[in-house]
Formats: sequence, structure tokens, C-alpha cells
Amino acid sequence: MKDSIISVQNLKKSYGKHTVLDGLNFEVERGSIFALLGENGAGKTTTVRILATLIQADSGIATIAGYDTHRESESVKQKISLTGQYASVDELLTGEENLVMMGRLNHLSSNTVKKRTAELLDQFELTNAAKKRVKTYSGGMRRRLDIAISLLASPQVIFLDEPTTGLDPRSRRNMWNLIQQLAKNGVTIFLTTQYLEEADQLADKIAVIDSGKMVEEGTAEELKRMIGDEKVELTFDNAKEFQQASELLQGQVSEVEQRISIPAGSPESLRKLLNTLHEHGIEPSSVNFRKPTLDDVFMDITSRKRKEQSVHA
Amino acid sequence: MRKSKFYWALSDGWTMSGRSLKHIFREPESLLMAIGLPVAIMVMFVYIFGGAIETGTEYVNYVVPGVIITCAGFGSSLIAISVTQDMVGGLFERLRSMPLLPSSLMVGHVTGGFIRNAIATTVIFLVAILIGFRPSAGLLEWLGIIGLLALFMFSLNWLFVAIGLITKSVETANAATFPMLFLPYVSSAFVPTETMPTWLHAFADNQPMTPLIETLRGLLIGTPIGNNAWLTILWFGSLLIISFILSVVIFKRKKKE
Ligand SMILES: Nc1ncnc2c1ncn2[C@@H]1O[C@H](COP(=O)(O)OP(=O)(O)OP(=O)(O)O)[C@@H](O)[C@H]1O
Ligand SMILES: [Mg+2]
Repeated sequence: MKDSIISVQNLKKSYGKHTVLDGLNFEVERGSIFALLGENGAGKTTTVRILATLIQADSGIATIAGYDTHRESESVKQKISLTGQYASVDELLTGEENLVMMGRLNHLSSNTVKKRTAELLDQFELTNAAKKRVKTYSGGMRRRLDIAISLLASPQVIFLDEPTTGLDPRSRRNMWNLIQQLAKNGVTIFLTTQYLEEADQLADKIAVIDSGKMVEEGTAEELKRMIGDEKVELTFDNAKEFQQASELLQGQVSEVEQRISIPAGSPESLRKLLNTLHEHGIEPSSVNFRKPTLDDVFMDITSRKRKEQSVHA
Repeated sequence: MRKSKFYWALSDGWTMSGRSLKHIFREPESLLMAIGLPVAIMVMFVYIFGGAIETGTEYVNYVVPGVIITCAGFGSSLIAISVTQDMVGGLFERLRSMPLLPSSLMVGHVTGGFIRNAIATTVIFLVAILIGFRPSAGLLEWLGIIGLLALFMFSLNWLFVAIGLITKSVETANAATFPMLFLPYVSSAFVPTETMPTWLHAFADNQPMTPLIETLRGLLIGTPIGNNAWLTILWFGSLLIISFILSVVIFKRKKKE
């Protein structure tokens, strides 16, 4: 039996007629990284807010470390920390002042506040900016400070709502490293994201939600197997060469765009592929690699569902 | 080391008040506005309209209580903006996910607002004296004035915390400050109410600003107070209690959203 720290059963939430969560079920294992993956408006923030005791679900049960997030919210609050979608740092205070203020509000002793502040500033590479007002910080620095604040009280579960949205690629990578470091220390991390790649990089388990419903759940490997590997896309200007190539190659063919998609496979199979074309005197106008995206997951799942339905019909 | 809930409630309130205090001096625009606007109004009334308004005393002596009230009322109303800012940003949500009484956030805004108001009010008294204000109040009267102003400020501060909690955007919170700017005009703050048209006169006589201003004026320059002191305490005492309860209730309801 797995040791799950977060357990969600048939969670529902509506705003008026608008159903935001439509019966969510999932479990998060202690010490793991769990990613809730979904597009804008899928219900990620709503789920986080329910788990972090900020709002109440209409029905269903959510527990953290065995405590009910609604009825036993005080005990839940002792175990968690929340870093919301929008940075909750104080712009007019310095980074250090932000940490000290939140440390006091976490009821740490003044020695501990001092110690943790220095440690966290160092760990999140903010020591040089410690005495500057947050107003002058970059997006990445703000995010780091925001997460540093949520670590003050050494929580067991950390909620990170879209921790990298709006960051440049470099800051995003740094953030990924930080999150992986945190997980190594044994805390459970619950993060939401719109990027498949991010969930893939970080999460032990991924739940894909769409319109408040769970559409798929599994490890990154399982999801990727489901939607296939990286693809090579060959595009042709010449219609005759395109016809020839589509007969030679085993792949998905898009007639309109004169494009063929083939699983990328190993470097060896790639070399063979290009050789085959070359031997037949066919020159594609462009060669692209494309990683499967969240779009593909949705497309794939919905098309699969449709197929299942037609089988059952 | 375990300390009581009460200890932590005070400690949290203290921490958040410290934050609000830092805000006052790091973003001095609102302090400057809370001082500058009433001073401009006072100077305008004293030098431009003052000669034409018959009040039975030096006009500057007549008008100071009204200016103070305008200043304090406007200063309080700015709280709505900072409360809304904290809600729109994530601070409020983070505090609510922590094991503390998040009402410390509200306490911080109320005390911060009070300190800003106290500074602004003092500056305005000093400017008033500079342009000829000569109060006759003794020590006891001054204590009364401070007490009444504190009651007025605290009741409005809580009212604007409640308004800030309701409003969803900073712009709306901004709009909520406007009534505080014009309400004093429809009272005995700048002109005796007898000079107004009957319907306005009736409103002006019966709105809470008028007894407050009459009481302050009485304490400052010795005009008759009558039952205005009691009316003031009744009005603003009730407002304080209602606003406080209202804030707490709205705060608790956030969970149902
Ligand atoms: N307080 C509210 N009142 C009414 N509708 C709401 C409220 N909060 C959220 N919603 C709606 O619920 C839906 C899901 O919102 P939620 O914020 O959970 O999505 P999300 O997955 O976090 O999206 P994003 O990626 O944009 O952050 C949205 O359509 C949103 O408009
Ligand atoms: Mg969201």
C-alpha cells in the first residue's frame, strides 16, 4: 500500500451554473512531486485553493495527512504552504524584510527567523538583492522570493501554482532545479502547470485535467507512451516528390500541408530515413522536430474517447 | 515555547502594523495627498470664500474642525485601496493559508491608517495655526478632541477595511473614497447649515458629520455643544461596532466563494 499524503475524492465545485470541478479523484504519494496539468481555466487554481483551505468545495472530500481540508483546516494549515499563481510578495519591502515579516507571522522565534532568512536568501540566490526593494526585482527573483517565503515554516506539503509561467527559459530551468532540490529533502510538492515539458521534467506523477475532469493520470513515461514520441516533420514544396516520399515512408501524411510526420527514433534510423530520401533524389523543403504538446494529449485523448464510443455504439 | 493565542494575535497585529507603517513612508504619495488636499481646501476657504461667509466668528476658527474631518475621512478612505491591493495580490490568500488569525492583516491596515491620519491631522493643525487659527481649548478639551477624533478615525478605518474587502478591483476601491470627499460639504463644516436650501439643510443637520463638527468646534473655540457630543459618540460608536462586525463577517465568508 502506498503512503499517500493528499487524497481527493469526487471533488466538485461550481460558480453559479459554471461547473469548475466535476468530480476529481487523485492521490499524491508522500515525498513525491505531483503535477496538475491543464489549460487556462481547467480548474487548477480552484483545486489548489480547496486543498490549501482557502475555499470550500461543494461536495467531495479532500484530506491532507489525514486531515479534512474543510473541517480540520487548522491542522491542515500547519502542514502546508501555498505559493499562489500571482506573487504575494510585498513590493515596498526589501526581500529580507519580506522574509522576516513572514517568518514572524509563521510564529518562529526571532533567532530562527534570522537564521532561516539568511539560509533561504542564500539558497535562492537572493543574498545580493536582500536589501533592495522587491519593486526592483525581476520576475524570476520575485518568484524565487515567493517560494523562499513558503519554505520558512518547513512545511510537509508545498503548493506551487504555475511556478514558472511568465519566466524566461533560463529562469524556468533554474526554477526546475530548485524544485527538484526541494523534493530531495523529502517534502511533497504539488504543482500546477500548463506545460507538458515542465510536468515531464519534474513530476513523478501527472494528472491531466480538462474542464474540471481528470482526463488522464500517470507517470510522464506512461503519458508519453500514450501520445507517442518526438516526431520528425518533413515538408515538401514539390507535389510529385511529396507523393513519392509518402509512398516510401511510414508516417502520418497531411495532404493539405504536404507534410509527413514520422516518429524520430534513434539517430541511426534518422540517418537511414534521410538517406532513403536522398537516394531517390527527393529534397524536403524543411525538416522539423516536434515534441508532443499538451494539445496532442488532448487531441489524442478526445479522439481515443470518440473511437471507444463508436466501438461501444 | 508555547504562547497563548492572545499573545500571537497581538504579535501578528504588531507585525502587520509595522508593515503598514513602512508603507506610509516608502510610498509617501498617500500621506502627501492626505495632507495636501485638506490644506488646499482650508486655504481656499479661508482666503477666497471666507470673507463672504457669515459664521459669527473668525472664519478660520469656524472652518478648522471641518478641514480636520475632511482630512481624517479622506485618509481613512485610502485604506480601502490598500486592503483591495493586498487581496488582488496574493498576500491575503497566503495569510489565509497559514495557521494564524489572518485578521491581523486588517488590524495592520487599521493601525497604519490611524498613524497616517494622526500625522496628517497634526500637520493640518499646525498649518491652521500658521494662518491665524486661535483655539481656546484647555487640556481637558484637547483630550476630548483627541478622543473624538480617534473614535471617528477608527470607526471609518474599519468601515473602509470592510469596503476594501468587498471591492474586487483597485479602481472600484478608489471610487469608494469619493463620498468621503464631499460628505463634509453637506454638513456644517464649511458653511452654517441654515444657509442651505431646506431639503439639504435637513440632510446636513441630521448626518453624523454635523454633530461631530459642532462638538469639535465647541471644544476648540467654545461655541455651544448641546447634545451633539452624545450624538457623535452614538453615531460613531455604532459605526465602529457595525463596521468591525461587518469586516469580520465578510472576511469569514471568503471561504464560501
Ligand atoms: N471566484 C470565482 N467566481 C466565478 N468563477 C470563477 C471563480 N474562480 C474561478 N472561476 C472560474 O473557474 C474556472 C477555472 O478557474 P481556475 O482559476 O481554477 O483555472 P486554472 O486552471 O487555474 O486556469 P489558469 O491557467 O488560467 O490559471 C475559470 O473558468 C474561472 O473563470
Ligand atoms: Mg490558475
